[in-house]
Amino acid sequence: MAVISESIKDMKGYKLHIVKTEKFKTNTIVWKMKAPLTSEDATKRALLPYVLQSNSKAYPSTSKFRSYLDELYGANLFVDVSKKGEYQVLSFSLEIANEKFLSDRNPLLKKGMQLMAEILVNPLADNEAFDKETVEKEKRTLKQRIQAVYDDKMRYSNFRLVQEMCKDEPYALHVNGEIDDIPQIDEKNLYEYYKKAFAEDELDLFIIGDVDETEVQSIAEELLQFDQRTPKLVEPVKDAHVEEKTVKDQEDVKQGKLNIGYRTNVLYGDNDYYALQVFNGIFGGFSHSKLFLNVREKNSLAYYVASRLESHKGLMMVMSGIEFENFELAVKIIREQMEAMQAGDFTDQEIEQTKAVIENQMLETMDTARGMVEVLYHNVVSHQNVSLDDWLQGMSKTTKEEIVDVAKKVQLDTVYFLTGLEADK
Amino acid sequence: MEKITFEQLQEEMYYEKLNNGLDVYILPKKGFNKTYATFTTKYGSIDNHFLPPGKDDYVKVPDGIAHFLEHKLFEKEDGDVFQQFSKQGASANAFTSFTRTAYLFSSTSNVEKNLETLIDFVQEPYFTEKTVEKEKGIIGQEITMYDDNPDWRLYFGLIQNMYKNHPVSIDIAGTIESISDITKDMLYECYETFYHPSNMLLFVVGQVNPDEIMGLIKENQGKKEYKNQPEIKRVFDEEQAGVAEKKQVLKMNVQTSKCLVGIKAAAPTESGKEMLKKELSINVMLDILFGKSSENYTELYGSGLIDDTFSYDYTEEQGFGFAMVGGDTNEPDVLASKLETMLMDAKAGRGLTDDNLERTKKKKIGAFLRAVNSPEYIANQFTRYAFNDMDLFDVVPVLESLTLDDIKQAADKLIAEERFTVCQVVPKDKK
Repeated sequence: MAVISESIKDMKGYKLHIVKTEKFKTNTIVWKMKAPLTSEDATKRALLPYVLQSNSKAYPSTSKFRSYLDELYGANLFVDVSKKGEYQVLSFSLEIANEKFLSDRNPLLKKGMQLMAEILVNPLADNEAFDKETVEKEKRTLKQRIQAVYDDKMRYSNFRLVQEMCKDEPYALHVNGEIDDIPQIDEKNLYEYYKKAFAEDELDLFIIGDVDETEVQSIAEELLQFDQRTPKLVEPVKDAHVEEKTVKDQEDVKQGKLNIGYRTNVLYGDNDYYALQVFNGIFGGFSHSKLFLNVREKNSLAYYVASRLESHKGLMMVMSGIEFENFELAVKIIREQMEAMQAGDFTDQEIEQTKAVIENQMLETMDTARGMVEVLYHNVVSHQNVSLDDWLQGMSKTTKEEIVDVAKKVQLDTVYFLTGLEADK
Repeated sequence: MEKITFEQLQEEMYYEKLNNGLDVYILPKKGFNKTYATFTTKYGSIDNHFLPPGKDDYVKVPDGIAHFLEHKLFEKEDGDVFQQFSKQGASANAFTSFTRTAYLFSSTSNVEKNLETLIDFVQEPYFTEKTVEKEKGIIGQEITMYDDNPDWRLYFGLIQNMYKNHPVSIDIAGTIESISDITKDMLYECYETFYHPSNMLLFVVGQVNPDEIMGLIKENQGKKEYKNQPEIKRVFDEEQAGVAEKKQVLKMNVQTSKCLVGIKAAAPTESGKEMLKKELSINVMLDILFGKSSENYTELYGSGLIDDTFSYDYTEEQGFGFAMVGGDTNEPDVLASKLETMLMDAKAGRGLTDDNLERTKKKKIGAFLRAVNSPEYIANQFTRYAFNDMDLFDVVPVLESLTLDDIKQAADKLIAEERFTVCQVVPKDKK
């Protein structure tokens, strides 16, 4: 039996993905827009979804708009901006109660889809310009959102690592753009960008829940129609030349934040991508992994230490929080774990254990509607068509040789350390 | 085994109290891949002064010991339990709050084995001086991590402003100094006091057969000998009605200031239905006042005093309770005084209308449906409710029963100027 069944339909200008499932008490609607990450557009693009979710023609103020969401049994709307490899992706999510579980049986799904369409295609705008006040308010909030990265030192050190590591690549850009770009944005040029994004982006609509496929398709057809387009593709940066470097910053922090970046030279959809997943799991992905065991349990150097993959960019990041003076020791232990991986110094039991946990993690992800959308979207970003069953099977077939081979492709790129003011450089 | 049906939600739950006093709940979730189980003791950071069973003298234990114990239960003579769980395809975790310590796993296979592992590791402590010393380094780094987190500092700063004597003001993980005093004997003493099955609750939710799961749990417990344990005696020093500090400003390495306004609740003594009604009334009131559809939110957001980090919340357990409102802001003092004015207006009834109430009820009911999509939410919240003699599945009927009078009364009782307090985080180089 397939783990989930996704049906994909070509609509006008976008793809409609429907996953029919009875396990949730709500229905989830997610609209995604994907375009290449560029320094010219990143900030405008990060601002756009927040302006669109503020109000609309039919609900011209935030309080009117939000009151309507409350009326729809607290339909939960939120937007998000993320980086997926060389792309910047906008997501609009609306989760709405399934009336089957309410004493009031008025159908809600269509109203939810109408509201989603309303914010996407019927924004509060006039004469080719958004409402000025809305744009100004959201510019202010965007500024604070960008600043917030500096205030959360764990996020900040990860951001700094990516900045250093991908210096001349678009990927170094902050997902929310640059503070310096904000003043140049106004209601007119943002509206212009809005038009452009809806004309050129790759667009996908996901509907997850206990829904009728034919009904959903006809509602979508009626509400959302765009011109056909050929989505822009970006060749992934394959950086053959990697030179190891160490970067240290000093800040007023109590704990040192150690972030290490590697180039995996493997992308989602590549043949050895499954081996990379298992490799990451044995190395640092879990609480049974080498990093946790050696950095934390054996040497008491850290509370958190883990590695994670950026599947569409071919990166692996290790992150940990340590005492300033333990920098050399922690880096040495982490290097040793990588060498052990490359030398094949891990047991069959570690492989089996890791596969079991990865499978578990993937199946658990499918127990949330958002998790489903994120997993299915990997195929959109990578232009692949890997079913979940193929994925699980491919992962479980991985051999030790394949894991060692992929480990040898992984190259250390940058060691980043955020250390204290009083610490010696 | 008792079967409880929730028709509106189309869910069923099974319950039994075992001979040793353990409460077991099982909620089968159709269509889910995973099973999630929590094994929780009614023991948290506030339980630091108590009478160990069979002793004559009360003891006071170091700050952070409940959390320390949580860490140490994972380590056994033959290695750590994380390894065992991952061999069985599960992921395990634990957390300590003010009043609870919960151990949990989730897995999509080997559910029976994982459940036995969970029960056994929690019921078979293994503490040595050596492993206790080793953990001090790890928890020390956990504490330092939180020291660098401005939101955590702000949250705890606000609680410390409110409570002078009550141990809720103690940081859950303790301090590096306080945990340095912890010994293996102290851990055993806390364990013997608080980990008796009669002080614990086991919740299993997921793709399970209730008869089989209950059978397995009973067989497991039947093999272990527990003497009946009398009621646990805890001591809490008397707490004043007013706040300990009116204001605290923390200077940190941040770019944006943060501000929270807190209200210390008048000593809460309710439990059961009464507590549920009070809690929901306060939550609905805060939603009416500060939700995104409120006038207040429009004003604050419109004037640039708040951004999307703005939030509000009410926490209550027996013996302490507090509301908090705020977030990131460029004008922490202006925001504090605006929020206080808005709260005082609400006390006088402003904005508390039938329309707002009905709309907010709908919103809350929808939010509850969303929440029960999550096995984690069901298990953790059900346990918290049960420890306060409340029933999670009463939330919707009680919400539906709330009247405007209930909301006005809740506002009037909670809000009082002398129980306001403010905590701010401001950039170091700013005045």
